[in-house]
Amino acid sequence: MKRFLSFSLVLTMIMVILAACGTQTESGGTTAASTTVTIVSSLPRTGSSKGQTDTIVNAIKMRLEEANYSACEGKATIKYEDLDDATAAKGAWDEAKEAENANAAASNKDVMVYIGTFNSGAAKISIPILNNAGIVMISPANTYPGLTKDGKGDAGEPGVYYPKGTRNYTRVVPADDLQGAAAGNWAKELGVTNVYILDDTELYGKGIADVFASTAEKNGIKIAGRDSIDAKASDYKALMSKIAATNPDMIYFGGITQSNAGQLVKDMRAAGMTADKVKFMGPDGIFEQAFIDAAGADNAEGVYATFGGVPPAKLEGKGAEWYNAYKTKFSAEPEAYAVYGYESTNVALAAINKSCDSLTRETILKNVFATKDFDGVLGKWSFDASGDTTLTQMSGQQIKNGVFEFVQILK
Amino acid sequence: MAASQTPTSPQSAPLVPREPFLTKRRAFSIVGLIIFLGFFAIPIYQTILLEMIGDTGQLMQQIVIGLTKGTYIAVIALGYTLVYGILELINFAHGDLFMIGAFLSLIFISLFGLDPKTSSGLTIFFSLIAILGLVMLCTAFLNAGIERFAYRPLRNAPRLAPLISAIGMSFVLQNVGIFLGDGLIWDKIAAGLGSDAIGRVADAMGSQSVAPKNIPDLLPNGQVFFVPASLRYTYKDLLVAVVSLGLLAGLYSFVRFTKLGKAIRATAQDRDAARLMGINADRTISVTFLIGGALGGAAGMIVGLYNGTALFTMGFTAGLLSFTAAVLGGIGNILGSALGGLLIGLVLSLSDQYIGTRWSNAVIFAILVLILLFRPTGLLGQEGGQKA
Repeated sequence: MKRFLSFSLVLTMIMVILAACGTQTESGGTTAASTTVTIVSSLPRTGSSKGQTDTIVNAIKMRLEEANYSACEGKATIKYEDLDDATAAKGAWDEAKEAENANAAASNKDVMVYIGTFNSGAAKISIPILNNAGIVMISPANTYPGLTKDGKGDAGEPGVYYPKGTRNYTRVVPADDLQGAAAGNWAKELGVTNVYILDDTELYGKGIADVFASTAEKNGIKIAGRDSIDAKASDYKALMSKIAATNPDMIYFGGITQSNAGQLVKDMRAAGMTADKVKFMGPDGIFEQAFIDAAGADNAEGVYATFGGVPPAKLEGKGAEWYNAYKTKFSAEPEAYAVYGYESTNVALAAINKSCDSLTRETILKNVFATKDFDGVLGKWSFDASGDTTLTQMSGQQIKNGVFEFVQILK
Repeated sequence: MAASQTPTSPQSAPLVPREPFLTKRRAFSIVGLIIFLGFFAIPIYQTILLEMIGDTGQLMQQIVIGLTKGTYIAVIALGYTLVYGILELINFAHGDLFMIGAFLSLIFISLFGLDPKTSSGLTIFFSLIAILGLVMLCTAFLNAGIERFAYRPLRNAPRLAPLISAIGMSFVLQNVGIFLGDGLIWDKIAAGLGSDAIGRVADAMGSQSVAPKNIPDLLPNGQVFFVPASLRYTYKDLLVAVVSLGLLAGLYSFVRFTKLGKAIRATAQDRDAARLMGINADRTISVTFLIGGALGGAAGMIVGLYNGTALFTMGFTAGLLSFTAAVLGGIGNILGSALGGLLIGLVLSLSDQYIGTRWSNAVIFAILVLILLFRPTGLLGQEGGQKA
């Protein structure tokens, strides 16, 4: 017993000393913070979005490697952390995980740039947390309009996301009020006269389906019906039979691959709605290989998808150079959002390099918002006051022979 | 707690307290419910009824879809009913066993190299029968193993313990599903063994472990010859219904007419008395789990081929539906579960058509709550502990 007492006493002392040292090094760390800038990304790194986010993270790392992980002519070191906001059990992004990532970023003094999120619903959670911490957020993929635009989302949006009253959120992709409208116009061009609209009840999916519905109506397309699906249902045979009875010539689905889009197409074909009779169109949420895999190449043949930008292989100028460099470096095709991951990092580095005099969250935030006529891989573009890009180019894709093929630029 | 202290086995106490069906409180709530539903929803019922009469073709179509779906829900529901009948345990892992069945069938289909475009109809037919047997064998022994290691040691523990163990097993099986669906692991195995067949499995699973897997469309898709063209009914639908009903009939006659079936019924009624009559209770329970597992695996294969998808969470969704079906029909009662499955399938498809897809789950769970409130023994269940 005596031996145990003295042992634990020694142990306690060691722990106290260690703890003291610990705080010391930590305080040393904060004073040196001005020379270390940590960029974190928060993306769904598990689940079926992984195919997309792998290429985004590759692109982020690629840009940072080009900058040699340093800024301000070597005076500042850049660190990068690749955070996951998805859980394997859910197979998709998770609210608790996203909040955890944002809080971790807020409490780490070195974190000054937050690249993310992939899903608009996740952005809703992290924007207010990072707004309070004064960290700038650059999203390579969020497209829900209500995150930035007045009157385009629900009541109170976007004000509710910015508790401090100032803006801290930017995105390098065009928002869905543009994409949904582009899809509605494209449907008209394709000769659609009677459309059935589905959505997955999520922020992104329902939002884009709403915009599509209003544009389609404006274009004189009849709306045969509108329904929300349960993304967890095992099949949609009854629903597709109901839809088939309304004789539509197109089904528009506002949603993502992970909301069972593949099963929808399967059951649509099983209900006798073949590709030559009924078209299926979706937003960029299904513009990925995972969608074709889930639906089966035969069923997916002929499916249309819109995308807020142009696919990597169709980029021009600097974008084309980037595309070739990416293919050489990773010997693989980048998915649709990789170039936006690259551009996000590009903007972040430019803002850091403009903030060398005082490397703080405030100055970097200010300089990201001051991005004007930025000459990046996407072309020449600026951020407006609400954090949206001035780029508005959209494109349409169709699945041919089991792969997405570029069809045309949309307006 | 009391169960672990008293020497009598826990299932001797009836699940439902014996009380007259119409107590004052119950009568009150029924009247209240009728007023509530009537007041708010009469115009809705009217519209729905008018819609149904207005397009009888569509109504028929939905009934056919619902009944087809109902047959396989019934097969899964039987797994719950069998185990509940004999152990009074709600085997939450059963839905996930069904999911494993779907994955196993995809694995065997790839191993056999079945492809709707290149394989002949006869090859597909015989291979599918062989695969059905293999899948049923695997899941039967998996289920018996689960019983041996996760439930038997807790047999005399408080009732909550095996229930928690069952939920735990459900998570374990889901992770097995994630593991089985990981094409990268299969890739490594294929490279290690230099095997083309396993390479095909890797291709079928793709690179993302949790994404839905596409099961090739192997069942015939033509319209059944004796059904008018206005009603869409393919050989695929027919096959699913026939195989499911065959399994149901097989199980019913097994339990009804064989010696082992009699042993199962006796053990379900009173385990101690059955033991006194010379029935090996442990063996009987093992057999029950073997049969339940085989049925779960078969259902997994049927649904996998029917919907063309294997997904690691599909067991959870299907499990909730079939559990509701089992409760609706009278958990512990084989015919009841079959009836419950058919009814749930019908309700689902009719709700998709006339109420809206997003409400279908709410409708199903409203039924579950109503059944538990007003007739906890289910439609065919008897008051008191008569089971199986």
